[in-house]
Amino acid sequence: MISIDIKKKLHGAKGLMDLDVNFEIEDGQFLALSGLSGSGKTTLLRIFAGLEESSGTIKVGEEIWQDKETMLRVQERGIGFVFQEYALFENMSVEKNLLYVNKDKKLAQKLLELTDLTELKKRKPSTLSGGQKQRVSLCRAMMNRPKLLLMDEPLSALDPAMRRKLQNEILALHKEFGTTTIMVSHDPAEIYKLAQRVIVLENGKIISDAQPQDALIQRTGSQKFSFEGEVIDIVQVDVIWIAIIAIGQQLVEVVLSAGERKEMSVGQKVKVGTKAFLPIIG
Amino acid sequence: MMEFFASLDYTPFILSFKLAGLTTLILFVISLPLAWFLSQTRSKAKPILEAVTALPIVLPPSVLGFYILVSLSHNSPLGAFFENVFGVSLVFNFTSLVIASCFYSLPFMVQPLQGGFESINKNMIEASYIAGKSQVQTVLQVVLPNMKPAVLTAIIITFAHTVGEFGVVLMVGGSIESETKVASVAIYEMVEMMDYKGAHIYSALMVLMSFIILLAVYTFNSSKRIGGFSK
Repeated sequence: MISIDIKKKLHGAKGLMDLDVNFEIEDGQFLALSGLSGSGKTTLLRIFAGLEESSGTIKVGEEIWQDKETMLRVQERGIGFVFQEYALFENMSVEKNLLYVNKDKKLAQKLLELTDLTELKKRKPSTLSGGQKQRVSLCRAMMNRPKLLLMDEPLSALDPAMRRKLQNEILALHKEFGTTTIMVSHDPAEIYKLAQRVIVLENGKIISDAQPQDALIQRTGSQKFSFEGEVIDIVQVDVIWIAIIAIGQQLVEVVLSAGERKEMSVGQKVKVGTKAFLPIIG
Repeated sequence: MMEFFASLDYTPFILSFKLAGLTTLILFVISLPLAWFLSQTRSKAKPILEAVTALPIVLPPSVLGFYILVSLSHNSPLGAFFENVFGVSLVFNFTSLVIASCFYSLPFMVQPLQGGFESINKNMIEASYIAGKSQVQTVLQVVLPNMKPAVLTAIIITFAHTVGEFGVVLMVGGSIESETKVASVAIYEMVEMMDYKGAHIYSALMVLMSFIILLAVYTFNSSKRIGGFSK
């Protein structure tokens, strides 16, 4: 069991704000941390790691990482950390990056096998793709068999296909090692796939703490398909108007009535709904 | 021609390079922790320390030399201490040149190193701490190997700048044959004695060597930039 109860003054997006959080994580749990940028997610991770100071307590099992008298240094916490921008040791090969943390060659070999990196182990990080780098970073974080694995938007710099592949690898590693994990993420699909619990921060406070299916899936409302999108363009085709709307990474065309056309402008956020009762999943 | 070159007295050059080599070595050891501290600290004392470190760049060498002379002479507490306890004088000998050069060339070692430290990705340094490594281990195994061009620049520029010093050396060391008469001082004396031929040869040698050193630095650093820092 890991428990945290800390406060810290932060310069957030809207001026000074108080980061004030108090929660517990069960051993082996995969927790997602979500919220708008500037809400204090990264700072919270860094406080866990001991990279940032705060007032309050952090307890991991029977070990006190931080309270009024104690402030365990980052070196003594035995955590794993995956940065958004990899932060690999550029002067070392893939294998050396892992062995720098811990001389355990067997573990390094096992991690490299699990993430399909064995053939690249002699390569320097600068010769790898983004996805490969992040896999190395993930392996490196696991090298000291951490009590707590922290990941700060680990997949947000990668393209969708690579994201899905790495989500599977994160899931496999979590199954294999059962490491208590906190991951900052904005992607609902990713959170749903990986996490058992999601905490949402807003202006430094927890505004929601629930299971992903409760937090992310909207069960209230009219039960129809509905997507948030942005109007990219409005074009006239003969006598009708068509709006081009971006939903996620997809562009769709929607026919507008004359009345709708008047109310709509480019750049506007809209909700696209359909009343299909038998959706086709293909 | 060969006979002429063989007949030249190279002692001042050897002295210059010995001085520059020692100074560079001492400054590298001193500057590493200082530059690391300056690159990492958020202390309010940082601008003060940075300004003090940069002083030798703007001060006239005579001012620097004068203060070093005053604080090392046997009339000063420090000078008196060394004279009474160890029986060595701290002025007008090779030791005094090394001490003075360390002050004179300090910014040329500290500033490139500090710049190098600051250019290293902060997360990479943190990743090393997270791996349980101390600051010293991190600097030696992660930080320095990733800033080789900055290290090389710091060492070469310090060396070259020390070879090129004149005012401070003259103030603190005078011109004692085989002891404090370095190349720049020797050239000055030749001109004073109207030995223009000797001055020409010594000066041309200085220009040539300085150019070769700088060319080596820039060639190395530009090849590093093109090929990425991981070579």
